[in-house]
Amino acid sequence: MSGQGVAQRLPRLLSLVPYLRAHPGVPVAEAAADFGVDERQLRKDLELLWMCGLPGYGPGDLVDLSFAGDTVDVVFDAGLTRPLRLTTSEATALLVALRMLHQTPGVVDSDAVGRAIGKIEAAVGAAGPAGGLVAVENGVGERETTGVVRGALARGRALRILYFTAGRDAVSRRDVDPMRLVLVEGRGYLEAWCRRAEGVRLFRLDRVEQAEELDEPARPHPDAEPTDVSGGLFRPAEGQRAAVLELDPDAHWVAEYYPVDDWTTGAAAAGTTDPVGTDAAGDTPPGTPEPPRAGPTPAPPSSSPDARLRVLLRYSDPDWLVRLVLGLGGAARIVEPEELAGLVRARARAALDLADGTLADGTATG
Amino acid sequence: MSSARAERLVNLVLCLMSTRQYLPAERIRATVPGYAEAPNDEAFFRMFERDKAELRELGVPLETGHTSAFDTAEGYRIARADYELGEIELAPDEATVVALAGNLWDSPELAGAAHGALVKLRAAGVEVAETPAATVRPGVHAGEPALAPLLAATRAGRVVVFEHRRGGPAEPAVGRTVEPWGVVSYRGRWYLVGHDRDRADVRCFRLSRITGTIRATGPDGAVTVPADADLRGIVRASAGPGPVTATARVWVAEGRAAGLRRAGRERGPHTRAGHPGVLLELDVRDRGTVARWLAGHGPDVAVLDPPELATAVRELWQAAAGRAVDTAAGVAEVAR
Repeated sequence: MSGQGVAQRLPRLLSLVPYLRAHPGVPVAEAAADFGVDERQLRKDLELLWMCGLPGYGPGDLVDLSFAGDTVDVVFDAGLTRPLRLTTSEATALLVALRMLHQTPGVVDSDAVGRAIGKIEAAVGAAGPAGGLVAVENGVGERETTGVVRGALARGRALRILYFTAGRDAVSRRDVDPMRLVLVEGRGYLEAWCRRAEGVRLFRLDRVEQAEELDEPARPHPDAEPTDVSGGLFRPAEGQRAAVLELDPDAHWVAEYYPVDDWTTGAAAAGTTDPVGTDAAGDTPPGTPEPPRAGPTPAPPSSSPDARLRVLLRYSDPDWLVRLVLGLGGAARIVEPEELAGLVRARARAALDLADGTLADGTATG
Repeated sequence: MSSARAERLVNLVLCLMSTRQYLPAERIRATVPGYAEAPNDEAFFRMFERDKAELRELGVPLETGHTSAFDTAEGYRIARADYELGEIELAPDEATVVALAGNLWDSPELAGAAHGALVKLRAAGVEVAETPAATVRPGVHAGEPALAPLLAATRAGRVVVFEHRRGGPAEPAVGRTVEPWGVVSYRGRWYLVGHDRDRADVRCFRLSRITGTIRATGPDGAVTVPADADLRGIVRASAGPGPVTATARVWVAEGRAAGLRRAGRERGPHTRAGHPGVLLELDVRDRGTVARWLAGHGPDVAVLDPPELATAVRELWQAAAGRAVDTAAGVAEVAR
């Protein structure tokens, strides 16, 4: 006899009778699904309720149910007309989730969320989280484009969007057939068949620059399958590559900000390759792979070996990785793939050459 | 066994809800099926105490009192108005968002609590169901596992003890003792706001940087939240964007760096050393952050103004190129 079992079963038993009152003639299977249990368990619950009732416990005092085929009805509720009020934990979990949705515009209509919050707060009364306990502020307002996207989805129309792809650092115009809206880890996405890419794509709603509903129905390709988002969006996907980076303390935030797989500190990584080594820094022509050096790498003079972090970073676009590492200005180094390390150096030199050249030319005219 | 106890508890709830009088324990023992099985007084009271605790745990409002001044023993009852969920009707679009909200959580505590709430709403006749047009994958942010224990401690007004990293995953975790004031979700991250006892000051802690378990300690109600505490304001000041300190003027090569253009204001075409492009104005809050962002674009950008930003970007390029960095103090070797 575990208290855990009763703690889960008792709330269900107390909710079942009012549920059946509110759903006359509900199929047992549907009721089981609504309560998140299997049909066998639900039938056991119903049998137990049949034994319960008011003092006297005669035939007219007990909960009375009637079964017809696969459906069930309540004949006498013994006073269980309404469900128990929400507990503080239940009210908190639901209301905080609603406030999160309210601050994630796009996937749902913020107006509907606001109304729902008001009604649930009123219904739960004192069980709601105290006003100041939880606050949500995600700093993004409802964008005009997300309204257009939701409208097209509701009317089953195709869309023309101007979309910013962060990986390629470019904006492109695409015609898409909307499928659904998805909220993953607090961000809203439009899932659609992209006619240009001829595949299902997830478009981040805050990167849809413009949206225009087309005068034609949405016709996702017959092979279009909804994306499996159950494992999150950032997982080793097809076409994703992995780079090994070495991060100085100034760049440790990268390991927290972007999805990285493994990490080891410099102490553990000592003895492995160090392509941009102490003495070789600066003089390797771009694109020339350096031979791996055997033996322990001398610790950099200015920092402890522990301060270096070696991470495996997943990326799909090499340009994105080059931009990231180039911007870190030496605080991050690409260990693998070596050709990208060479590309970072080449880009840095080209930038310096351009800057120096234009300095010599004087100020350019606009 | 479990069924017998569940049956007894349901009967106890129905019995106490059907009475206006406070029923003493002995009356309950004689009335509610199941208690008669207790072989002696001690066994009965043990059983009854456990049942009362179970009901209170589930949020059943068990009242104690005396029906009249002549009653010697304390009695029990459940006031229907306190027990029942208030009237609630949701429009279809509201019911859809409630169903989505119920699926938002990933951690067992919060997901279980949200599911319990949805079951009760359905039992109240509210049709909460998702539509195929929108879906929510559970999982809000990293740091969610810390949320449930912190919410519970904050509600109870209890002090919490936990380990917290200041920075990235390689940073050592430091023990903290905090009087929790509340939790704030700010720009996609959760923060705990409270009084840090060790540092004797108000602090914010990012939940994703809390490692290990969170322990609530000391009595309930030990934490007093100042009446004027502005949780959002505290987090905004600590984690939010700083004030704009300068405006940068940057040349951007034609057709490149769409991300920069989105963030800045285009000020017309501009040619740099014969390369066509545009002149872009950018708000600078933190020079280092903007410098990194600009430097990442390499020869696609050139900083025209302010000079300190141009120097910062140039130093990043020099370091990335593996060249000696010219600093204001002279020339220093790249130390690695």
